[in-house]
Amino acid sequence: MISVRLEGLNDFDEWRQQARRLLAAGLSPAQVVWRVGDEESGLFEAGDDMLPEPDGPVGNVPRAFPDLARQVIQHSDPQRFALLYRMLWRLQDDPHLLSNAADKDNSLLTNWASAVRRDSHKMKAFVRFKSIVDDSGLERYAAWFEPEHYSLETTAPFFVRRFDGMMWAIITPYRSAFWDGESLAFGPGGQKSDVPQDDAVEGDWKTYFASIFNPARLKVSMMKSEMPVKYWKNLPEAELIAPLIRNARNMEAEMIERATTQPPSRHLRQQARLPEDVGASQQIGTLTDARAAVQDCRRCGLCEHATQAVFGEGPEHADVMFVGEQPGDQEDLAGRPFIGPAGQVFDRAVEKVGIDRSRVYVTNAVKHFKFEPRGKRRIHQRPDGGEVQACKFWLNLELGFVKPKVVVALGATAATSLIGKSATIGKLRGAPLDMADGNTLFVTNHPSYLLRIPDAAKKAEEQAKFEEDLLLVRQAMAGLHRQH
Amino acid sequence: MAVLTLRRKLAILSDAAKYDASCASSGTEKRSSAGTGGVGSTEGSGICHSYAPDGRCISLLKILLTNFCVYDCIYCVNRSSSNVARARFSVEEVVQLTLDFYKRNYIEGLFLSSGIIRSPDYTMEELVRVARSLREDHHFAGYIHLKVIPNAAPGLLAEAGRWADRLSTNIEMPTDIGLETLAPEKKPSEIRAAMANVRGKLDEAAPDRKAKAKKAKFAPAGQSTQMIVGADAADDGAILHRAAGLYSGYKLRRVYYSAFSPIPDASSRLPLKAPPLMREHRLYQADWLIRFYGFDVPEIVSGGEDGLLDLAIDPKLAWALKSRARFPVDVNRADREMLLRVPGLGTRSVDRIIATRRHHRLRLDDVARIAGAIDKVRPFILAADWSPGGLTDDNRLRARLTPQPAQLSLF
Repeated sequence: MISVRLEGLNDFDEWRQQARRLLAAGLSPAQVVWRVGDEESGLFEAGDDMLPEPDGPVGNVPRAFPDLARQVIQHSDPQRFALLYRMLWRLQDDPHLLSNAADKDNSLLTNWASAVRRDSHKMKAFVRFKSIVDDSGLERYAAWFEPEHYSLETTAPFFVRRFDGMMWAIITPYRSAFWDGESLAFGPGGQKSDVPQDDAVEGDWKTYFASIFNPARLKVSMMKSEMPVKYWKNLPEAELIAPLIRNARNMEAEMIERATTQPPSRHLRQQARLPEDVGASQQIGTLTDARAAVQDCRRCGLCEHATQAVFGEGPEHADVMFVGEQPGDQEDLAGRPFIGPAGQVFDRAVEKVGIDRSRVYVTNAVKHFKFEPRGKRRIHQRPDGGEVQACKFWLNLELGFVKPKVVVALGATAATSLIGKSATIGKLRGAPLDMADGNTLFVTNHPSYLLRIPDAAKKAEEQAKFEEDLLLVRQAMAGLHRQH
Repeated sequence: MAVLTLRRKLAILSDAAKYDASCASSGTEKRSSAGTGGVGSTEGSGICHSYAPDGRCISLLKILLTNFCVYDCIYCVNRSSSNVARARFSVEEVVQLTLDFYKRNYIEGLFLSSGIIRSPDYTMEELVRVARSLREDHHFAGYIHLKVIPNAAPGLLAEAGRWADRLSTNIEMPTDIGLETLAPEKKPSEIRAAMANVRGKLDEAAPDRKAKAKKAKFAPAGQSTQMIVGADAADDGAILHRAAGLYSGYKLRRVYYSAFSPIPDASSRLPLKAPPLMREHRLYQADWLIRFYGFDVPEIVSGGEDGLLDLAIDPKLAWALKSRARFPVDVNRADREMLLRVPGLGTRSVDRIIATRRHHRLRLDDVARIAGAIDKVRPFILAADWSPGGLTDDNRLRARLTPQPAQLSLF
């Protein structure tokens, strides 16, 4: 039996040096005992003086092993050095050992590493600095903390990154860390009395802790699993926990039983100041009124999930009104019609045939976006007959106020809404139709249809047909001008 | 009027904030005070610095700037008709409290909300002033979460996103009808428009490989919202469907579900009873399954009855018990998607199963070691030395996997 002595409790490089010597000497884990500091050696253990110093490579380890070992060596279990050496030994024959989550040594290693990470995380969470102001007015901060493992050295840099502008010390039983604003230093361990008991702000913190607790939601076991009782003795707020739990039932009962009281006079004054919100939907006298009122529309269920109603846009008395189907994802978010991909197709086509986009009014047959959520996307769904019918109220208002002479239905939904019965684009496009109110109606595809054609040749063909239809609209517009 | 001490204000304004379920301080950019002479850092994952006896994490100083409010939302303790004690912090007081708490390592940062006073713009401007002062005057690099006040000017929103890590706008109720009944001054479309606005700014700030200039940052931890559960009659299907719509529409990082808890001086129109904590817990589990496990809303809801999730067992187990034809799953062959649907296996267990089975066939013992607990898993898997036989279809399986009533309580 060879006894290997380490100076440090958690010094990976030192352990690594010794492990390399053992490996070079071909000593199996069963032949080695690890001792740390001034721990006594056993009766039948030989010293490690005879071991050779390796000067070349002694074996291979997977890249992940040193990182894992750096964590495991901080674990407080006295067997950590032996476990690491056993893994090192076994890795020589089985380089895939680390990806075998079912192996006992490996799962122990993983568990210890995660215990160390957890301990370090709890240090980041539960260190409580106390402020000390000396006679010259200089402020310093000190904390007493009892980690379960030897994790101060690896955790201290976190506090450096966080508290650059402060001078602080963290004292633990086995080691202390100091930051003076410029460099991090370590010293021997200390005790609780090295750190002041009082702090000026602690009373505020306890007030916060007690006030943010909702007594109607008492869940003590949940609190204990996340904030284990072993840390409580150094947490100033922990002394409040028992009384808060004791009083919770009473506080909850009191909240439930306390009947509604008379509202304060301030409330009555406030209510009197609020603008009267009634009648908005009954008095729609202008396009602007309609634009405001549509936001409160409850004529069908679509309002429930859409962001907002998207009303038409354009000159108040445009000669031409384009009517699409419904707002899409982007229109719904921005509250404006025809700004998404289909809107851009529309804009380009309109410009190409020579229609002045600023002189036309664009809107949709349905004002709210209908969609099905799928992961991070909203998939457009075609509005049904009832929804189109319900929304005809708003389209009629727009037609009434804008008084266009030419109306263009983009797609079947719009055509159905305007004609009042189920419509087929293919049969209706290519020639003006007379509407009941004496206006001229053109029917063509919705521009989003062009976006969905995968075949390039077919797409170009449909694009041309769309532009032909728009050309008819432009000619009709020109005719209107001559009439003026 | 008597002048309130800072501590009394703190008591009032943190009490007023305790019904907000959000607590997270994670998911933001990596920042540090190193070399600045200031304080503060964020490293991606947030830190819970303490826990209240209600089991909730205390990560941020969660307070209201004021609990005066012109609105009269019935579910809210701060509604104008309530007789709770009122207080208002100055901007400087909040800044000082945040720094004092932060320097003692009590908190990760600040979560600031407010009652609506004067106007949405005025209220939002006050919140923004606190964040601006922390960042600019004090080089504070910790986490800041600001509440968005619907209808505040877009310029204020842009500035809020410049200083804050996270922004949130609460949707409050699962249905519009519920909101309009209980919060007469709030308009659902205005709340959603505020979220849409934030989403638009998040999209603009998203990194773009083609863009040469570095974009101005905007709320790197994204946006979140909260829905109150159990104050109105909406069922779990409606709640989860609403949440799915919010996730897809506004790219929310989180939807928080807040069991409606009795408030002092409450209206008789509210259910004044213990908050439905188990229901809230099941909703979080369901939300998780939808976001990370490939379940969709109808599937999850089908695990329960009448649009409500099963309170006795978790939603994945509830779904699996009703979908037994898809089990058992062979842990040595099944694809990731199907392994994720096995009750008792989480994403990490599944990853480790997949890594391990490349080297040798997994036995039941191996799965037990990887999963930590095997009871829930056993009836739904095949392993090298294990077949559940009739166990998968056993009529008593549900009873066997249901915790005893004594353990059902969360206390």
